[in-house]
Amino acid sequence: MSMLLKNLAQLKIGEKAVISSFSDNHIALRLLEMGCTPGEVIEIDRIAPLGDPIAVLVSGYLLSLRKADAATIMVSLPVVNN
Amino acid sequence: MEANKFAVNGSDKKSLKIALVGNPNSGKTTLFNALTGLSQKTGNFPGVTVDKKSGFIKLNNTVIAEFIDLPGTYSLYPKSLDEQVTYEVLCDKNNADHPDITIVVIDASNLKRNLFLLSQIIDLKMPVILVLNMMDLVEKEGDTIDNKKLSEILGIKVISICARNSSGIGEIKQALLEPIVVPQYDFIDVKKLAPEAISKIAEVVNVKSNFDAFQIINNFHQLNFFSTRTEDKNKIAEILTASNLDFNSIQSQETVERYKKINTIAKECITHKLKAKKESFTHKLDNILTHRVGGYVIFLGILFLIFQTLFFLAALPTEWIENFFVSITNYSSQHLPKGELTDLFINGVLAGLGGIVVFIPQIALLFAFIAILEDTGYMARVSFIMDKLMRKFGLNGRSVIPLISGVACAIPAIMSTRTIGNRKERIITIMVTPLMSCSARLPVYTLLISLIVPKTSGFFNYQGLVLMSLYLIGFIAAITAAFVMKRIIKSTEKSYFIMELPVYRLPQLKTIGFTILDKVKIFLFDAGKIILAISIILWFLSSHAPGNRFAEIEKKYSTVEVLTTTSASELNYKIASEKLGASYAGIVGKAIEPVIAPLGFDWKIGIALVTSFAAREVFVGTMATIYSLGDSNNTQTIGQKMSAEINPKTGLPKFTVAIGFSLLLFYAFAMQCMSTLAVVYHETRNWKWPVIQFLYMGALAYITSLFVYQLFS
Repeated sequence: MSMLLKNLAQLKIGEKAVISSFSDNHIALRLLEMGCTPGEVIEIDRIAPLGDPIAVLVSGYLLSLRKADAATIMVSLPVVNN
Repeated sequence: MEANKFAVNGSDKKSLKIALVGNPNSGKTTLFNALTGLSQKTGNFPGVTVDKKSGFIKLNNTVIAEFIDLPGTYSLYPKSLDEQVTYEVLCDKNNADHPDITIVVIDASNLKRNLFLLSQIIDLKMPVILVLNMMDLVEKEGDTIDNKKLSEILGIKVISICARNSSGIGEIKQALLEPIVVPQYDFIDVKKLAPEAISKIAEVVNVKSNFDAFQIINNFHQLNFFSTRTEDKNKIAEILTASNLDFNSIQSQETVERYKKINTIAKECITHKLKAKKESFTHKLDNILTHRVGGYVIFLGILFLIFQTLFFLAALPTEWIENFFVSITNYSSQHLPKGELTDLFINGVLAGLGGIVVFIPQIALLFAFIAILEDTGYMARVSFIMDKLMRKFGLNGRSVIPLISGVACAIPAIMSTRTIGNRKERIITIMVTPLMSCSARLPVYTLLISLIVPKTSGFFNYQGLVLMSLYLIGFIAAITAAFVMKRIIKSTEKSYFIMELPVYRLPQLKTIGFTILDKVKIFLFDAGKIILAISIILWFLSSHAPGNRFAEIEKKYSTVEVLTTTSASELNYKIASEKLGASYAGIVGKAIEPVIAPLGFDWKIGIALVTSFAAREVFVGTMATIYSLGDSNNTQTIGQKMSAEINPKTGLPKFTVAIGFSLLLFYAFAMQCMSTLAVVYHETRNWKWPVIQFLYMGALAYITSLFVYQLFS
């Protein structure tokens, strides 16, 4: 199965992906200790009414972060071939 | 300072220092409340304004335990002042609060993320106990955690509790009396991440473990305690430069390694019940509370309800307290011998005390509401739905909590801005928070509103509506000021907002109770002291005058002509009023009258404005003193006395709508709080900020009051 690489901010509500890497070292440190580690499954739970921030399910809890921060998280999604 | 390790108290008594550490929302404070109960007290960690909650409990006849509730943190890499305190207390052996035993409190329903902090503490090699809290949530999910296995793998004692129902508390107390294991292994091997630097640092300073050295590498600029010698510091700086390490990278490697091990531990110890995926209660409630329309309607509705209820519920107890003080004042003036001391007691001490105690119902209720919003998890949702809006004004979703707390008191609110990572957003939040109407303004508002706004019966009343508008005006002023500052203050730092949304829980009576108790105590003893002192000083200033001015006034009114043409009570009033004008206080008030006259204020209000600088609520005490001096029998409340005051020029009541609103807005905007300015300096470490704050808020208050008074009169 091939994988599609995206950033977290590009996902839709309910979509699940696996964290692969980070593009901002500084924000990555905070995200890592909050349990967003490579290999973890992350799911978009909801988007705030004004379109930002978003809430994600990760490591068994609900985390909110801004879209700009989410865009620093690279995730991989399984590609469905039809 | 007493010694850290098992300080001997008397002959065979032992005292233990026990620190509670954990992630935010781990239920650490609930456990602290359950352990210490009413013996807890709030103070400060030395040198910083971070709240330190501690409490002493007798574990048995010989051992006394001092529990310290450390600020919540996600890791030992401090990103805020609060986290820095936790870090220093744990890592610095010579810190006055360094514990003999550390209890790590974990939200068991969120095991993996919570174990991260524990894994770092294990590597500090100190006596540690793990407490799995919120076991009720785990059971509700149908999951099980293998306690014994977890304890075996981690090599430390593990206790399951549910702090909310106080279950497992006895077990913790028992465990503290037994020998505590010091982990003897490294949770992960940090040495391989920076082998050379770690061994070189170990040669310069005395470190307990590789992780200590690793901490020095990563937190070098924040560390003062490993070695205070500049010589050593220079050596370490040299080592670090020579090592050419990428600090970001080794820290992320450390974190990833820890989580890898935690994941295997979690797999071995947690059994998840296989279940059909259903929507959780929190998810369903979030659908409503963060709805794009409903979410905001509910938020406004909650605020509306709070302020209506505040006025409605506080009215009766406030009246009781007022009546109580009126009756002891009457009793004292009838039964105590006449003289200077009695006068001081009645018009200085009693007037001041009454002015403080009367606000306890409102303060208690307001903090009860704030505690409920925090405790249920709703506050985090408010940040979530408001972040984008707040960002437009140079603020942060996390600014909402300081701003809302500012409604209670700007001091804790400004202290709570430490959770805002971005410096510019934090400074702006600090600068505008005092514009939110704090509880010290509430007495002033209440008094003035009762003078100028008619009372209507029922739950929905005009007075409540005016009060709510004042809070709204404060909020609008705050975000407008923020918007202006956003343009002025320069910053290159990146802004981020990463926050946990805790599961919804029912608020706990105990937590609310302790919050109320805590805040009322602070108000009574901290603010109260200042208010009482000022009301005594004021009594002196207003009952004494330079030279023999008073004697002259009395002489003037003692002529036969005056005595036969005026009634006794009218005469007394005239003398008292003229004496006040001649007193020291009158002199100060009259001196500033030309400046404040365009706002509709006379010298009596002038006196109150000056004394309010100590704390706003002093306004009411000052008015009480000024007006009780003008009255020979103290049977009326201050409000009644003020509304009975006649303007000598017009013959109409002095407190007109114009003066009332002018004063209300002046108090809404002016920076009349020494303590807040002191805290702003403390938090920003720069006098520039409190000075700017004082000036811009003063200008705003003067201009608005001028405008309103000229418009209405």
